[in-house]
Amino acid sequence: MADELLKISGLTVAVEGKQILNGVDLTVNRGEVHAIMGPNGSGKSTLANALMGHPRYQVTGGTVRFKGEDILKLSPDKRAAAGMFLAFQYPTSIPGVTMVNFLRQAMKAVRGEDVPVREFREKLLATMKMLKMDEQFARRYVNEGFSGGEKKRAEILQMGILDPDLAIMDETDSGLDIDALRTVAEGINVLTTPKLGVVLITHYQRLLNYIKPQFVHILYQGRIIESGGADLALQLEDEGYDPIIAKYAPALVGAGEKA
Amino acid sequence: MVAKVMPEIAEKDGYKFGFNDNDNATYSYRTEKGLSEDVVREISRVKNEPQWMTDFRLKSYKHFLEKPMPTGFWGGSIQNYDLDFNDIYYYARASDRPEADWSDVPEYIKDTFDKLGIPEAEKNSLIAGVGAQYDSEVVYHSIRADLEKLGVIFTDTDSAVRDYPEIFQKYFGTIVPPADNKFAALNSAVWSGGSFVYVPAGVKVDIPLQAYFRINKENMGQFERTLIIAEEGSYVHYVEGCTAPTYSTDSLHSAVVEIVVKKNARVRYTTIQNWSTNVYNLVTKRAAAYENAVMEWVDGNLGSRLTMKYPSVYLMEPHAHGEVLSLAMASDGQHQDAGAKMVHVAPDTTSTIISKSVSKGSGRTSYRGALHVYPGALRSKATVRCDALLLDEESRSDTYPLMDIEEENVNIGHEASVSKVGEDQLFYLQSRGLTEVDATKMIVNGFVEPIVKELPMEYAVELNRLIELQMEGAVG
Repeated sequence: MADELLKISGLTVAVEGKQILNGVDLTVNRGEVHAIMGPNGSGKSTLANALMGHPRYQVTGGTVRFKGEDILKLSPDKRAAAGMFLAFQYPTSIPGVTMVNFLRQAMKAVRGEDVPVREFREKLLATMKMLKMDEQFARRYVNEGFSGGEKKRAEILQMGILDPDLAIMDETDSGLDIDALRTVAEGINVLTTPKLGVVLITHYQRLLNYIKPQFVHILYQGRIIESGGADLALQLEDEGYDPIIAKYAPALVGAGEKA
Repeated sequence: MVAKVMPEIAEKDGYKFGFNDNDNATYSYRTEKGLSEDVVREISRVKNEPQWMTDFRLKSYKHFLEKPMPTGFWGGSIQNYDLDFNDIYYYARASDRPEADWSDVPEYIKDTFDKLGIPEAEKNSLIAGVGAQYDSEVVYHSIRADLEKLGVIFTDTDSAVRDYPEIFQKYFGTIVPPADNKFAALNSAVWSGGSFVYVPAGVKVDIPLQAYFRINKENMGQFERTLIIAEEGSYVHYVEGCTAPTYSTDSLHSAVVEIVVKKNARVRYTTIQNWSTNVYNLVTKRAAAYENAVMEWVDGNLGSRLTMKYPSVYLMEPHAHGEVLSLAMASDGQHQDAGAKMVHVAPDTTSTIISKSVSKGSGRTSYRGALHVYPGALRSKATVRCDALLLDEESRSDTYPLMDIEEENVNIGHEASVSKVGEDQLFYLQSRGLTEVDATKMIVNGFVEPIVKELPMEYAVELNRLIELQMEGAVG
């Protein structure tokens, strides 16, 4: 209990009046990596966005505690300051704002105090180097004209700079070729410290070849229908979602797809 | 008492220049409210002008009476406002002549400019020359001694009529004739103050000349007249700033700016307009650019109730280049009707218009642009790009591009976009710790970046600060 970071209980979420999450329970302790897998439309991204407080995702029931505190009333910036981080599946661009300016302001905002220029610079350069990013990258406008791989790297760069306690990674592996995937995964592994809890949302098993989760959960129709260890992901790769869905709701077999 | 109360009201709006000094202001002379032929004659008489200028004013006054309120291109919406020409003071003089030493400027006026940071900027050599206009008259003018030695003239326009009659009369009223439009005619009839700049051939003025325009009096009209002549191969950057107290009734600012850019010369004219939101800002700005000359307008409109301003460049000879960077920001109750006009008269001329506008609340921005290519202006190349950013559901932006292309062998590009500050952009930045207000500011600052980066450092900082002031309370 001492290391409990995130506790989700009976979480229900609606988007534009349509219920997407139907009661999710999940506990993440510091130092743990949880993979959340599931077929398209099962509510994975909804969970990620709702946890970070996107206004379009309405929490209709349940509780979310982060470091013991109810965060559902907090705006996204307060959640970030509390130590939560979301790596976006589709990061949006902010034209005219350079990465370096953005990262500096974000670091200052999350810390709640000014960051010495030197400290910021050193951290920025070290993290970029670790992610095999050119220094020029910092001069570019946030996500403007970035390739898919650059966007995902930029998300991990932000995670490195902001140093969160909980990282929610929403399909961080999607759209990456194998080299980019390896770089991003290595970056996540470097940043995974004993204080960090990770929620890894992924459609495919391949990211889990590089990042080993202790726990794998299957999200289906807005509920976690199965939880297990890393072997659950391997089983999914071999057999697809159908056998698990069959166990949960035999009538629905065929609605899932192969992982 | 008034002076103590007004700043508080003004600061609530986030407008920090809303103070006035009516407690101290003594006007050595002012005309009665309203406009008539007698008032026009009186202004000329008080200024001791030569007959040709008196005649010019009277002729212009006739044009003013005859001209309809502008419609169509020049501006669309002035009819919707209750601007009353008879509720304006057309001339008020607080000081008898421009001084060249701040200590000779009346104390209360000096205080005003102190608060605006003007003498400080001069002391710190951020500018090569300063002009300061208070209501109708220029109260202070100076120029760096080394530039004066090179023959650069930077003085107030009234002094120029007297001291440089030959060169003044040669160009005055040639770029913007009095009959051009109703407000140009009005300015020509009652003009007072403004800057006269003359840069001799080959002289490059390395740091900007600055003029500062201040309306102090309620219901005041300010009609400055600026004339800039850049001889062959010269360069000058002229910067103007404008503020006024916040009153409950309206003031009128109607300036005319004429610029002549000769062969191989380059002029940049930067405006940071931050009038209080009770000022009508109806300005005609035009330049003629000759062979291989470059004319650049950097036009930032943040203040005023209604601004109608379309800086233009007439590209008169081959390889002349015109550029307008226009930035407009309209908050509650404001309408920025801004844009640009490019006229390609000669072959191989090029022009670029970049317009960025931000609307917030009931604020409205309009881009009004005209591009005219004359027959024979072969291989003309023109690019227009206008982007509008809306901060909420209520705010509004319109685009009125007008193109009149009378030559086939030309290259014209036009792009326009309207975007809303998106929920996803805000969420993205908020998820990185920025508050909603800071996130909005960052998006707006990024949006205007292409224009801000063209400003000298101090002005860029000032502009960013003004934008942030306007953004306070933008959301939430």
